[in-house]
Amino acid sequence: MSRPSVIINLTLGLLWFIVHLAINFFSLWSHLIYNIEYYLISFGLFPKYRKFQLERLKYLAVVVDIREAKNVAKIKQLLCWLSTIGVKYVCLYDIDGVLKKTFEPAINGSRDVNSGSYLDVGANMKVLTCCQKEMTVEYISGSDGKEGIAKAANLLCSTYFNGDKDTCGNDEIVFTEADMSGALKAIGCGGPEPDLLLVYGPARCHLGFPAWRLRYTEIMHMGPLNSMKYGAIVKAFYNFSKKYQNFGK
Amino acid sequence: MTGTRARRGSTTTSHDSQKAQENLHDGAPSSSLTSCRLPSRPATQNPKMEKPDELITTGVLASLQNFIRKCIVAVISYGPMPKHIAFIMDGNRRYAKFRSIKEGSGHRMGFSALIASLLYCYEMGVEYITVYAFSIDNFKRDPAEVQSLMELMEEKINELLENRNVINKVNCKMNFWGNLDLLSEPVRLAAQKLMASTAENKGLVFSVCMPYNSTSEIVNAVNELCTERREHAGNCNGNSPNNGVHSDISVEDLDRHMYSAGCPDPDIVIRTSGETRLSNFLLWQTTFSHLQNPDPLWPEFSFRHLVWAILQYQRVYPYIEQTKKLAKKLL
Repeated sequence: MSRPSVIINLTLGLLWFIVHLAINFFSLWSHLIYNIEYYLISFGLFPKYRKFQLERLKYLAVVVDIREAKNVAKIKQLLCWLSTIGVKYVCLYDIDGVLKKTFEPAINGSRDVNSGSYLDVGANMKVLTCCQKEMTVEYISGSDGKEGIAKAANLLCSTYFNGDKDTCGNDEIVFTEADMSGALKAIGCGGPEPDLLLVYGPARCHLGFPAWRLRYTEIMHMGPLNSMKYGAIVKAFYNFSKKYQNFGK
Repeated sequence: MTGTRARRGSTTTSHDSQKAQENLHDGAPSSSLTSCRLPSRPATQNPKMEKPDELITTGVLASLQNFIRKCIVAVISYGPMPKHIAFIMDGNRRYAKFRSIKEGSGHRMGFSALIASLLYCYEMGVEYITVYAFSIDNFKRDPAEVQSLMELMEEKINELLENRNVINKVNCKMNFWGNLDLLSEPVRLAAQKLMASTAENKGLVFSVCMPYNSTSEIVNAVNELCTERREHAGNCNGNSPNNGVHSDISVEDLDRHMYSAGCPDPDIVIRTSGETRLSNFLLWQTTFSHLQNPDPLWPEFSFRHLVWAILQYQRVYPYIEQTKKLAKKLL
């Protein structure tokens, strides 16, 4: 590499580094301001955050980063906060299934007959009593996402092949979205579509949350689980209550 | 409120977008954007009679802007650059409403912003661009609006077919992803003609999703896969078929039948106008995509918003790559 191009490369690298340093500084500053706001919200100092309505939020989902999913204490604290605010149904997701494995003994031990309406979801749920309030918690993982869809596709195809004696017919195979939804329910991946998805992690990525349940879900990024704030959740719910969806219209 | 937030920055950003497009005129080989028939300026602005020295000044300013743009691209390219960016072009109707112009003009301005973004992405080395042009849900809109959108799409596709400056500049390969049977015949034929005429191009891959739904795409993949298996299952000469002994359908099998087969997953998904949902867009392909929702409306989206989006992506790139590796056994 010739000297001028080395110098140009180094200069570009330095400028790139300076730009990102400036962005990080700006980001730290705005985090500080947000954290102050969240503390003020938790002390109830903003009237608008005390009075918003939560009726539209029937189902909540939370995506947790793989590395933070092992933090059982933080997960339990999060569930407690959500229960305090009044959430009735939470779906916890992490791509690797860490949450399922961590909470599995508890799930198997406490299946509640009252969660009958959710039984089509599958075995990975329990009714939790947290802070004097009841809340249904569902645990799902990456295997309920793309792999779940593949299993449902398998079910549809094998039902078609087993049912249709004349498999040499030229009729076009036309499964519909309703067929797919039914197949997903049959294999235990047919939970409700969340209205709001909170992403806990360094980046706003849904990390493979089941596609069939993510179509019109509002997705909000909350930052790392380790630094989660009660006020941030309240603010997210308030912002959600102000959302309006056309559903394509 | 989303609307109020979007309005705050609007006066400067729409001006930037307009300016950038004019500069692209000067920088590009032969006014690639005029060939796409940019919407005429709003009635409030009168066309200027430019004097020669003003033209020189404009030319010098345009060259300076081009140079600054190239420097910025050179700096940000030092870091990891996305290969595939997906856009949900939201906010055209709100843009028209805030400016008290006809609704159709908002979509036309949106098209200009699209071509400008395409050219900026090409300059930055992005290899795949996907846009959500029309959702299957959008058919629920007022029939007159749907009709005018279809006419606009047909008009723009035919312009791209006739005057190939933009396509040739980026050596663009066009894809139309979606259930094309739902389109009216003129639009469908134009889209198929454009796809065929650019099929051999090896440059930037530009995929337009219309009319598209992610769940519809997945069901389409299942249908194709099932049909494929039926054909492989057995023969139809009276011999018994294979008794349904197939290997199970895998995620990779479905990947092969998605509209996006052959394209890498998007690195960034940008939805303008600050909305936080994906609205049934690329749900299968966006497992590790960085989802961004900048406040500006789509016609206001310009070079600096794109640069900011890439800088945000570069900040989270190490985390995303590490997460991909950790989760690799599930893919």
